[in-house]
Amino acid sequence: MTEEKTHHPEPSYLVDTGKYKGLMAWLTSTDHKRIGLMYMYAMMVFFAVGVILGMVMRIELFWPGQQFYGPQAYNGIFTIHGIIMIFTVVIPGLAAVFGNFSMPIMIGARDVAFPRLNLFSFYLYVIGAAIALASQFMGNGPPDTGWTFYAPYSIQTHTNVVAAVFGAFVLGFSSILTGLNFIVTMHRMRAPGMTFFKMPLFPWSLYATAWIQVLATPIVGITLLMIIAERWLRIGFFDPSLGGDPVLYQHLFWIYSHPAVYIMILPAMGVITEIIPTFSQKKIFGYKAIAISSLAIALVGYFVWAHHMYTSGMSTTARWVFSLLTFLVAVPSAIKVFNWVTTMYKGSISLKPPFLFALGFIFLFMIGGMTGLSLGALATNIHVHDTAYVVAHFHYIVFGGVGFAFFAAIFYWYPKMYGRMYNFKMANWSFVFLFTGFNLLYFPQFIIGMMGMPRRYFDYLPQFTLGHQLSFFGGLLLVIGFIIMLITLFSKKGAPAPDNPWGGRTFEWRIPSPPPVENFEVMPEMAENEQPYDYK
Amino acid sequence: MEHRDDIGSKLGMWIFIFTEILLFGGLFLVYAIMRSSYSTEFHQAAHHLNAFIGAINTVVLLVSSATVAMSISAVQKGNKKLAVILLLITLLCAAIFMVNKYFEWGHKIHIGLYPGSALMLTLSHGQVMFFSLYYFMTGLHMFHLVVGGIILTIAIIKVQNGSINKDRYVLLENGGLYWHLVDLIWIYLFPLLYLIT
Repeated sequence: MTEEKTHHPEPSYLVDTGKYKGLMAWLTSTDHKRIGLMYMYAMMVFFAVGVILGMVMRIELFWPGQQFYGPQAYNGIFTIHGIIMIFTVVIPGLAAVFGNFSMPIMIGARDVAFPRLNLFSFYLYVIGAAIALASQFMGNGPPDTGWTFYAPYSIQTHTNVVAAVFGAFVLGFSSILTGLNFIVTMHRMRAPGMTFFKMPLFPWSLYATAWIQVLATPIVGITLLMIIAERWLRIGFFDPSLGGDPVLYQHLFWIYSHPAVYIMILPAMGVITEIIPTFSQKKIFGYKAIAISSLAIALVGYFVWAHHMYTSGMSTTARWVFSLLTFLVAVPSAIKVFNWVTTMYKGSISLKPPFLFALGFIFLFMIGGMTGLSLGALATNIHVHDTAYVVAHFHYIVFGGVGFAFFAAIFYWYPKMYGRMYNFKMANWSFVFLFTGFNLLYFPQFIIGMMGMPRRYFDYLPQFTLGHQLSFFGGLLLVIGFIIMLITLFSKKGAPAPDNPWGGRTFEWRIPSPPPVENFEVMPEMAENEQPYDYK
Repeated sequence: MEHRDDIGSKLGMWIFIFTEILLFGGLFLVYAIMRSSYSTEFHQAAHHLNAFIGAINTVVLLVSSATVAMSISAVQKGNKKLAVILLLITLLCAAIFMVNKYFEWGHKIHIGLYPGSALMLTLSHGQVMFFSLYYFMTGLHMFHLVVGGIILTIAIIKVQNGSINKDRYVLLENGGLYWHLVDLIWIYLFPLLYLIT
């Protein structure tokens, strides 16, 4: 195209152009970028609630014995902490925020395939989250079953289980519709010339994630409906006094809830896969291996659920099959780690905040992954099942992994989202606090877990005191880190961001910051010999 | 600028249908496990169901699926009036199905066969499980039937006012796909609950 560029740039998506102004313009917008940001704000609120609940638990655990509140309150708090963090923060997490904001731009589309359905998913998310949150205050007190709602206790307890379960059901529906939307978007709306194997790897990870969302979530949906029916109608599927089978509940629950772990972590891996080559200015190592390993994780991850149930009563054969599959699913994850590290080799690395968080992710994810293997082995699992070791393991994955990838993604795409830079020094300090605080909070849990500290216990033996106290101080450092991060991002306007502050190659760095409403003035294409990560 | 992608819309509907099948899949799994633990009791309890009404309902639903498919052809050929008539027949079939179900459930509830009833507590565990599954599965199926009916009602209105026409009929096609799903689930429910005795 040789014709002169007209100097009437399209207004940015942050400017209200429709018939509404202000808040209403956001709440009625079907623009994928605005929906992504709305998810982000909502998630920050829920995350803050979850963090506060977490700290409330740590305060109680500072000394053995009862300090501030009783065991029933403690049961309610860890249940709500789990429900909020899992169902409203980490499961929608990166896919809902950055999948919405970045993915359509990265594949060269103006929006997702079904923009109105996308907004509807957002509202379902808000409604589901509100119901889950309200379960804390309505009825006979907060649910005290743990976020897993294990039968038969979830059928017998007089606390407000139905509301929490229904909230989770609605959130699941929202997740399904987002996944459906993303699959169709990636099948139908890629830029001309962008074949599946030329698609950037964050969209690839979302594609694998979306299939898990679509294929696994309905199972937990029906299971949660069964729990509600059990409580209201006494249908007895899981109630041994009526001939039901509680272990069946555990199977149905984990058939979804283990793949849900991959719903959380796959987009996180995708973000890291974008950040590493950009800040190494080097082509990603093993593009196809990373793309296919996402699908492999999704596929194998579907068949490992019963490793949560080694002590629940299963045949030996079932246990070793699930153990074997658990070890297998670690292979594609390890492939990704090798590829990230190899991409950095001989790259020209610039240690900016997003890259720092990505390195933090790799470190923490490795610890989380390795300890996952020791949990997947039958013999050690019997020893550490339901101990603080498990708590430490999954926090290293869902917080050290997903959380740090989320922070990395915010620092990576922030200039694109708002058209502003942020203070690198402050961002680095937030990393220092978050990383130190995180390890101080969760590493002692591995040790006291090995020593025999059970999870979900309100009280403990005196020998675990030091571990719990270290964790408390780690928690404080984490909270300071969050506050520094929030100040860095939202306190004052930074310098205007250039279109491509990091030297990235994917489509989102070729359009203005912040992007115009329609994303592209001229629809992008991918040339025959072009690859998504064509660094030198 | 209007963005229209009929293939994309249908792809979306197919994926949604996958999720629906998996939703019922969880129930079929429970059915399979319970049936293997309580095979004699399931056998006895199934005798309480009226296979004749079940068979009528199966035929009714199969006819309704056929009329939906025909209405799409009618729209493609531009025959608006026929399409509306065929869709109304579909809705009529749905209504017949619901009325039959009403009598079936009503009779059982009348004689005290429902979850949590006094009679239920005297039955064996396997029989309780059978009736729980019966109500849960057919109830969820009926809910889907109602949703499908609402979608087709919207389709009728749109055919009437011309926004579904021979150039754009993807909404009707998707409604039809959903209707076939409702039909398909019944095709499995009918033998599992009524016929295996």
